[in-house]
Amino acid sequence: MERRVLTVAENRIVAARTHRLVLEGGGLPTVAPGQFVQLEVEGFYLRRPISVCDCSEDSITLIYKEVGEGTRSLASLAEGSCADLLLPLGTGYRLPLKPESVLLVGGGLGAAPLHLLCKALKEAGCSMRVVLGFNTAADIVLRDEYKALGVEPEIVTLDGSEGAKGLVTDLLSCCPSMDSSSACKQEGLSQEGSGAKAERFYTCGPLPMMRAVCGMLTIPGQASLEERMGCGAGFCYGCTIHTASGPARVCADGPVFDKEDIIWQ
Amino acid sequence: MAIDISTSICGVRLANPVIPASGTFGFGLELAGSLGLDRLGGISLKGTTLEPRFGNPTPRIAECRGGLLNSVGLQNPGVEALVSEKVPALRKVYGGCVIANLSGFSLEEYERCAGIADGCEGIDLLEINVSCPNVHGGGLAFGTDPANAAAVTAAVKAVTHKPVIVKLSPNVTDIVSIARACEDAGADGLTLVNTFLGMRIDITRRRPVLANRMGGFSGPAIFPVALRMVHQVSKACSVPVIGCGGISRAEDVVEMAMAGASAVQVGSENLRNPFVCIEIIDRLPALLEELGASSFKEIIGCV
Repeated sequence: MERRVLTVAENRIVAARTHRLVLEGGGLPTVAPGQFVQLEVEGFYLRRPISVCDCSEDSITLIYKEVGEGTRSLASLAEGSCADLLLPLGTGYRLPLKPESVLLVGGGLGAAPLHLLCKALKEAGCSMRVVLGFNTAADIVLRDEYKALGVEPEIVTLDGSEGAKGLVTDLLSCCPSMDSSSACKQEGLSQEGSGAKAERFYTCGPLPMMRAVCGMLTIPGQASLEERMGCGAGFCYGCTIHTASGPARVCADGPVFDKEDIIWQ
Repeated sequence: MAIDISTSICGVRLANPVIPASGTFGFGLELAGSLGLDRLGGISLKGTTLEPRFGNPTPRIAECRGGLLNSVGLQNPGVEALVSEKVPALRKVYGGCVIANLSGFSLEEYERCAGIADGCEGIDLLEINVSCPNVHGGGLAFGTDPANAAAVTAAVKAVTHKPVIVKLSPNVTDIVSIARACEDAGADGLTLVNTFLGMRIDITRRRPVLANRMGGFSGPAIFPVALRMVHQVSKACSVPVIGCGGISRAEDVVEMAMAGASAVQVGSENLRNPFVCIEIIDRLPALLEELGASSFKEIIGCV
């Protein structure tokens, strides 16, 4: 973990109440997919944990939604100003050891960390199916960024304003070569087009969505959890949850956990 | 001339007066990869009990203006794991003063816990927590009554040869009477103060932010109150006092020392900036020089 002061290169609205924040500086440490940063917010005592959507040696991209006073303050961060952050934090997604066919399931801003993961999986030679769910068309983010990686994300919206209407789980249970969700459970998922079965899945999004996804897929998978954090770096024990492997700090032992380890509340 | 920032607590020399406070720095090792632990004057380890504890449900952390509230609830692996795993592992990378912070739910638990910690070579000082506001029927219950605080102090003193520091609660009417009772019972030092019992409510959900409803309030906002208590107690008692509460910069350390603290503990600020202790240590010599002091010890209790 390092503390860095970076320059705000971009902080603009990309979807409803959703901002893309691009921070620049030299020689940034490597951020693995699923890891996050702790960003200082003017006027607030604690930093805000935000997952990393994209990164390079000299820039880092974060997607955040205005949900409270802290993120509202963040939205007023002007281009050219400074941002103080701790990075990289947490244990991210574990990539397959060899190229595999993988399934990425994101809900809302869960699309952000999965984007960095998609990039890494692409480099690792994996084939991918990406399913992204949003409440409504105005919430859709990162579609073009996924396309730029050569992946056409399947979009589903709750109100049907864009893509299929419903939940991500509806798409997962409608595999082209399957008759029902129970068939999916037994056979694994069919990858659209190629017919290849997904061998592994990764998910990030609202808890009920991840619980449903982890519940219906029998292939190995990982989910990224959220919890109110203190330090974000594993030493205040403010975000400990029960897991099948014992107490775990979401900020340090997670936020990404194997689905078998997660005890759904 | 180089400014000497060393100090001593209960006969243990510290290279500098800065100690991360218990509960805000884990067992030290969590941060070993990120900062130079060896720079720290001491480390007060996470509060430990006789048996392992999961602690309270989440959310355990709430924010407020000028600080934060926590209701971690003494999550720890138990004193056996402390002495067999945590301290030996820390000792491989840290040569400074190691303070074990111990808590209990009965006199007997404090006694047994301290007895086990006494046998651990890597521990320099025992800090007895009679002030945790986040567990029911323990901790704070011992720290709000002079007779109870004295009883815990005496019980622990009887089972250890290590110096014993008692960490006091600010949630009392008269902290001097508690401090005197601990000193009379044999305490070798006192840490002032632990967190203030507080609460936050989520107005949109109409329920407490913390799952445990209430929690310990700490951060810069409590600094003046903690300073006042350090001042009162250091005037009334002869044992060394470790000042703790809202310290976030070198100037605060100097203020605490002038109020009577022989060393300080930095707590909440570590959660904002894990590097703050190192930054304070870096700044302290120049600050003392600017203030016309030739050493840290020289300013202790000067007000």
